[in-house]
Order: sequence, then structure tokens, then C-alpha cells
Amino acid sequence: MTLPADLKYTSEHEWVAVDGDIARIGITDYAADKLGDVVFVDLPQAGTPAVAGRVVGEIESTKSVGELYAPVDGEIVEVNEALADDPSLVNSDPYGAGWMIAVRFTGLPELLSADEYAALTAE
Amino acid sequence: MRELFADRHIGTDTAAQRTMLEALGYPSVDALVDAAIPSGIRVADDLETTLPSAASEVEALAELRALAQRNRVTRPMIGLGYHGTVTPAVIQRNVLENPSWYTAYTPYQPEISQGRLEALINFQTMVTDLTGLATANASMLDEGTAVVEAMLLARRASRADTTTFLVDVDVLPRTRALLAHRAEAVGIELVDTDFAGELPEAFGAVIQYPGASGRLWNPADAIARVQEGGGIAVLAADLLALALITSPGELGADVAVGTTQRFGVPLGFGGPHAGYMAVRAGLERQLPGRLVGVSVDAAGYPAYRLSLQTREQHIRREKATSNICTAQVLLAVMASMYAVYHGPRGIKAIAHHANRMANLVVDALTDAGLAPVHERYFDTVQVRVPGRAAEVVDAAEAEDVLLRLVDADTVQFSTDETTTSADALVVLRAVLGDAAPASLGFKPVSRSIDPEHMRQTEYLSHPVFTTHHSETGMMRYLKYLADKDYALDRGMIPLGSCTMKLNAATEMAAVTWPEFANLHPLAPEAHTAGYRELVGQLSRWLADVTGYDEVSLQPNAGSQGELAGLLAIRGYHRARGQEHRTVCLIPSSAHGTNAASAVLAGMRVVVVACDELGNVDLADLRAKVDEHADDLAALMVTYPSTHGVYEHDIREITDAVHAAGGQVYVDGANLNALLGYARFGDFGGDVSHLNLHKTFCIPHGGGGPGVGPVAAKAHLAPYLPGAGGDPDANPVSSAVYGSPSILPISWAYVRMMGAEGLRRATGAAVLAANYIAARLREHYPVLYSGDNGLVAHECILDLRPLREATGVTVDDVAKRLIDYGFHAPTMSFPVAGTLMVEPTESEDLAELDRLIEAMIAIKAEADAVGAGVWPKDDNPLANAPHTAESVIAGEWTHPYTREQAVYPVRTLVHGGKYWPPVRRIDQAYGDRNLVCACPPVEAFA
Repeated sequence: MTLPADLKYTSEHEWVAVDGDIARIGITDYAADKLGDVVFVDLPQAGTPAVAGRVVGEIESTKSVGELYAPVDGEIVEVNEALADDPSLVNSDPYGAGWMIAVRFTGLPELLSADEYAALTAE
Repeated sequence: MRELFADRHIGTDTAAQRTMLEALGYPSVDALVDAAIPSGIRVADDLETTLPSAASEVEALAELRALAQRNRVTRPMIGLGYHGTVTPAVIQRNVLENPSWYTAYTPYQPEISQGRLEALINFQTMVTDLTGLATANASMLDEGTAVVEAMLLARRASRADTTTFLVDVDVLPRTRALLAHRAEAVGIELVDTDFAGELPEAFGAVIQYPGASGRLWNPADAIARVQEGGGIAVLAADLLALALITSPGELGADVAVGTTQRFGVPLGFGGPHAGYMAVRAGLERQLPGRLVGVSVDAAGYPAYRLSLQTREQHIRREKATSNICTAQVLLAVMASMYAVYHGPRGIKAIAHHANRMANLVVDALTDAGLAPVHERYFDTVQVRVPGRAAEVVDAAEAEDVLLRLVDADTVQFSTDETTTSADALVVLRAVLGDAAPASLGFKPVSRSIDPEHMRQTEYLSHPVFTTHHSETGMMRYLKYLADKDYALDRGMIPLGSCTMKLNAATEMAAVTWPEFANLHPLAPEAHTAGYRELVGQLSRWLADVTGYDEVSLQPNAGSQGELAGLLAIRGYHRARGQEHRTVCLIPSSAHGTNAASAVLAGMRVVVVACDELGNVDLADLRAKVDEHADDLAALMVTYPSTHGVYEHDIREITDAVHAAGGQVYVDGANLNALLGYARFGDFGGDVSHLNLHKTFCIPHGGGGPGVGPVAAKAHLAPYLPGAGGDPDANPVSSAVYGSPSILPISWAYVRMMGAEGLRRATGAAVLAANYIAARLREHYPVLYSGDNGLVAHECILDLRPLREATGVTVDDVAKRLIDYGFHAPTMSFPVAGTLMVEPTESEDLAELDRLIEAMIAIKAEADAVGAGVWPKDDNPLANAPHTAESVIAGEWTHPYTREQAVYPVRTLVHGGKYWPPVRRIDQAYGDRNLVCACPPVEAFA
């Protein structure tokens, strides 16, 4: 189970990469593993608002459905169109090609460090 | 000699039961059940029953004959979604009357279900071809509920921000009634329109095509205007008409729904029939119900499976937008085979025949100066007969032809595959009296379909629809498909919570008798006395054995029974001025359908925790009841629980809900563990649904039909479907009695078992489950148990420790069971990583032991993997199931022998081994590459 130290995490098993006022967001390796083979990712349109804690998308595997929460307030500026053609990127490269949305955020809430997130999933 | 049917139905005889009881340490079945079922809920020993004492098979058939003779078989030309059709005898004998087809389960184990999955993909191809749309599902419950589901789909998919749904004024009357009942509960407003003028903003619209009045028009412009406002356009289309007229897809529709009844499925007084739904590209993820798709197996061959299961209610629970769990597989298979047998030319010829017979009548009427109301039509014609409509209908009925009485001045008739010149002349005599012609002659007939509106595109062009047109070819195709599948005629199907018991031949006998098969649901009451007597008796018996006052047999699936029951609770609260009571408490262990049904009944789901034993957490329940006391509508609870345990506190639970003004819904899915020993109505249930396809022997049909009657206490009776004898009260199905033609099955079961037989069956089912639990406990932990360490009628084997120790998964064990000749138990429900086993009372001791020994042998195989004897990725479990080809083709490179692969126990060598037709199917591939129609023949090369 990989857990890049330079990323921030949420208790909803998402990772957040902050670059200036843009937060790139995906789900963790742990979450992808729990979901199993991802077969479809339902993402919002670019341009829609993001409200921290609200559901903005769905991740379907062969067996279950996970929800994608917006970890930050702001505006969704980009979504990963590649997932429409190849949703398995979420399993094969969750922190890279499997990213989901990018948000221009207006405020950054308290997020978890890799260590804190590791402690959460160890329970 | 007089023998008891119960001795045939129950698989274990006295000697076998003695052996099993010894293994458990109980002196008798009664003593075992006494120890298992909490004494507080037991029925009194001297409880009066209205069930007659058990009839023999011969006697039951004689009584059914007598009932059948009180039905009058005529030639119905009423139409309204139900048309005369000829069931090809080769389909009747080889599908409808063949246990290989009707005793199969829903194809959750696709490797052993390839036959009916192929039949269903033929069905989906037939529907997509005829509707001209991209993707069709594997059938709906009936046309009316399909329109309701299309409305819910439209609300989810539309970008219009409104609660309005437009309804064609010419929609089937029953569809309109269903829409009204269902829309109200979920806050949808219906607006009736003829689509002529300005349309209000709406999230969708349904157009009947052709109209219920027979009117044939081109709705392309109406469709476009609905879509301009962001709405979803739904056509409720007659599938046979689509062989001749422009398809919904070509007209620009988003969704098409309807029934496939007239594709060779008997009228059956209203059902069961397969409804259908098809959608344009982009809406496939919004489709409710089952969807069959193509994937690949481990060898790379095409293989069929259920696709996109995450759309379904058992995964989405209260977030689901549909509570549909099941399809009408047996009926969909019949309809698809009708298309396979007739092919595109045959289907077109049948459509032409129906149209031509209508034309002949219309021409004769026109000659007599009586033009039809609508100039354009397919098979349904309205005629004005001022003041004489009732007289005309009576005159036709006197000659055994049924017409539709529209109003005092208008009659209507529909022609079909079965309509003869003699029938046409009856219609003419009824309308024209002495002015009617003596014969129809051979003059050319008018064209009732605008040439511009004629269909130009092909359909049914896949080779499967042109290959099997001889009866020999058809018989062999059906056998070829049936041989791929594992049904109860091969061995046990120990699916927990599914109750795969015997569907006895005597029970099935009456289904195809003309007096039950060939009645129109709107036939005059005088023609259906036998049917209504049977419905009345069965309803009384079901009320008696469950402790309720009223039963409605209308819901045509368990999910629809749930919905009907919750809508009854809703109606009750509202009638008392308690509209605010909308909270529905549901234990976390409940089946997902419960939550989905609650949402569709306009309720808000609040989840109640379960304790580590799997029981409702009484403290959490009390806390939730207190918190929501003012707005509590209901608690939904399954008894015995979904964990297969008789919860001890059930009375405390129901009392707490009642004290707060709530109603108690007891889910009857597990009634097979209770019948004869306890009654829902006695321990606090206000309303329940029963699954006649579980407890009362209606076969599963490979994934439908089901029947889910709703039973209630008197205070809820006014809110049940068909309450007070009003057919239009609180409707949840197209037909008033739902699926009447299969009710003789449950009638015969109860009639032949009697109260004592039903009770013995329960005891035998509980004994079998506890025997399996006891014998497997040392190999697999049994997860939950109740009083005295006993389970109810099923047991959960925990495979998580095995996975922990060996890496072998539930999937591996389930697929390996196929090599041993078994259908796997229920996987990962209600607990992920487990198998839930329900043997039922019908299996004999030898079959129970065979399963137990297979499970023990598989455990040993898994242990060998854990011990490193075999690699984790190359062992008999990981590679299961093994096809014949996989063990004979090429060089054998696996670390275990071919014999171990396919003959793990010696008895299989001469014991009629079941060979799976495909290897393990790749689930993810099928969902990522969605294909839901027949693949080209070359794909199998």
C-alpha cells in the first residue's frame, strides 16, 4: 500500500495535492483496493462549484459504489477525462494518472498528513 | 393407496431425520424447533386453522379442474396491452414446462448460467432492434411498472428543474392509475396532455405509441418539444407494431417501454409477462433492473454475465432510484424464443396479419357507412355506436368474442395473431347487426398506416433469429442452452435467503391449462369465477398462516410487495392527519431493497445498528425511536433476521415501535423458517410481504417471475392494492391480480400440504440448516446463531479466516463448488466474505451430505494452498471452474492433476458430472466494455 508523503489526505480516503490555489484530488490506494476493480467514474462538469464535504462524483467497481467528496470549497476547474475511457487507472495509478478532479479552492481546511492517514487506515 | 404429498415434498424421511437429529443431539424435530424458536412468539398448539386438511395430488388436480371449469375461455379482443398470441408448442414444452428453465435461479453465478444469459441477450437484442434504441435490459415486471420506472429514470437523468411529468391522454388507463399512485409518493406532479398545444416545462413525458384508443400518429415533433425543455421522452410502444411502424429510436425517443406478452406468452388473466425497457446511448447506467452483458472468461472466450450490478438497489440501498430487483426471466426467454423461432419475416408476417384483420373489419364497417374514430391505426380500432355500446359488447360476448366498452357510445376492438375471419365477422355482426356481410371476401384492403410512417429499417438481423426455424432446430437450440445451465433438475441450489425448494410437477400442471392461460385480465367477472375463487381461497389461507386479516395478491415481485405495504402505511398515517410520519427505521443488516422501497414510498430511511450477534441493537433502536417518535412511520424488520437467526427480542422491538405510533413492517423473505410455528401478525407485524416464489413453491424461472403478496392487519386493509374489491385502488401492478396464472402453483402447494404439512416442512428446513451448520462448524466458523446455538433455516459460513490464512477467496470457493457439481450458496450477503447456505426442506440427506463433503474437501484444498503445496495463483481453486477444454487441450502444466481438476471426488465420474461451458468470467472487463446485445458469431471462433 503506497502513501506518498508529499500529499495531504482526508478521512474519506482521498488525497489532495496542493499547487498554488489549485488542489488536485483523487482516491487513495487503500480506497481503490477496498473498492476493487473500478469500472466507471462519474465526475462533475468543469465549472461547477465544490463545497467541502459534499458529494461531487461516484466511483463504481464491479461490487460497490464509492462517493467522491469535495475536500475543499471552490470551483472545479478540470476533471480527468481519461477515466471515461480507462477507469482502471484508478486501480493502477491512483496517485498519478488516476486523479479525478482539480479544484481552484477558496479555502483549505485542515487535512491529514500521510502518517495521520496511515494511522487511520491501520485501525 | 393414498399417499401424503408432504412425504414427496420433504426430502428427508423419518430415518434420515433421526440420523440428523442424532448429530445435533435432539430427540425430535419438535424438540429442535422448540429450542430454536423463542417460545414467546410460538403459536398456540390449539390455534384454529381455516386450511383444509391435505389433499392428495390427484385430489388437488381434480379440484383445480373444477375451478378451471368455472372460467370461460373466449376470444378476447379487448387489447389494452394484452393480446391473443400463439405460444409455439415447442416453446411451451421445452421452456415453460421444462424444469431446466423454470427451476433455475437468477444468474448470479454466470459460469453456470450461460444458457439463459444467452436467451436474455437474445431478448435484449430483440428489444433494441425493434425499438431502435441502444441498450435494453433483461425485462421489466410489466408495462405499467415499466412506465413508472421510466418516469423515475427521467427524473434522475433530466436536466429540467421541475417536478412535472407529462402523461399522454391516450395512455393505457391502468398505466395512468399506476403513475398517479406512484408519483404522489415521491412528489412528482402529473400533467395530462395531448401534446397538441404548448407544453409545460417537464422533466419527461410518456407517449403511448400507438395510443390506447388505437390512434396511430407520428410523435416525432412531440418528442422534440419535450426534449427542448430538457425533458426525457418515453414511448410506451407496442413491440409488435414496431415491426411495421417507425421505431422509437428513429423518432428520437430517449426511452421505450412496454410489454412483450404478445410474443408468445399466454394472457394468463394478466400475467406474468415480461415488460421491457430500452434507452438511447448515454442512459444505460440509468437503466433499472437486470442487464446482461458480454465479457470474457479466463481462456479469452466470450461469456455472458449480469452487467453494471452497482446500479442496483442491493448496492445503493436508500440512494437507489429503483427498487426493482428481479426480471421476468422465464417469460423474457419465451418472448425471445418466439422471435428466434419466427425470425424477422415471421414477426413481420404476424404484425401484418393483425393489421390486415383490423383493416378487413374497418373496410366492411366503412362500406356500411361507419368510419372508425381514428383513420390511422395498427391493430386497434374505435367505432362510434351512439347509445348502443353496451349492446354491441353483449352481442359479441354472446358469440364468445370480447370487445372493449369505451363509453356508452363507443366500442373498441384489437386484432392479433390469433384473429380469424370468423372473429372479424362476429365483430361486424355485433356492430352492424343484420347489415353485416356474410363473408369478408378477398377484396384488397385499405392501408391504415401512412406510407411515410412505415418502418424502413431492419430488425432481428443477427443470425440467431434466422437459424432455428424448423421445430427440430428449435428443440435442439433450447436443449443446447438448457444443458449449459445448472438448475434444480441437476442438484441443490443452497442459496441463502432464496429458498430454492421443490417446484412440484403437480403444482405446475394447471399453469398451461387454457382456462388459466387464456383469460384476458379485463374479461367479464362472469367468465372468471374459478380464478376469483382460487384467488380468494389462497388469500384466506395466506392470511391464516401469517396472522393477518387481508391479503392482496397483486404485487408481482417481493420488491413490489414491500412498496405496496409501505404505501399502505403511508396511506394510513395520512388518513389520520399524520402526514409528517415519514421516518422508516431499517436495521443495518436489512436487504438493500428495503431501503430502496422505503424511499420510493416517500419515506426517509434511518438506519438502526445491529449488535455483534447480528441482532437489532435494542438500545440503538430505542434511541432512534425516541429521537424520531413524532415523525416515525415504520420499522422494517426481517424475521427471522437476514442473518438467519430467530431474534429473541422481536416483541420488545415491535412494542417499542408501536408505543411511538409507528407501524411494523415484517419482511417475509424468511417465512420458510416460521410457517406453522409462528405468525408475523401475532408478534407485532402490521403488514408484510410474502414471497410465493420462495416459501410457496412458485419456481424462480431463472430470475422471475416472482409473486410478492402483501398481507396486513385490518387497519391497513383500506390502503392495500385492490382494497374493498376496487380494482383501481392503490395499484402497484398492471394487472389487478398481478400474475394470476401462476397462483395455482401456490394454491396446490398449500392444498396438498395442509397445516400439518407446512409445519413439517418448516421443521425439516430448520433441521437441514442446523445439520449443515453442525457438520461444517469445525471447518468453517458459523457466524451467527440464536437460542441454544441454533440457526433458523439458513446458516452463514465465515470464509474470512480462510482467506486470511490461505489467500483463498469466497469467489474461489464458489467457483470450485461448480467443479464438485454444485451451485454456490449466497456470496457475501449479508456479510462480505461469507457464504450463506439455505438447504430447504426439499433436499434429501444424501444431497446434504454431498454438499457437506464437498465443502470439507474444498477446505482441505484451501489449506494445501495455505501450506504452500500449491502456488497461490495456480491451484484447483484459483483456476476453478474447469471446463472440459481446459483439461484436455494442450499440455497440462498445472501442479495438480487433471483428475483433481474435474473429478475431485470419484462419484462424479459416473454420477452425471455437470460441465461448466466457460471458465471464470472477468467481471471488470464486462463492466468496462459494455456490450449488451448478441455478439457476432465470429466472436466465438
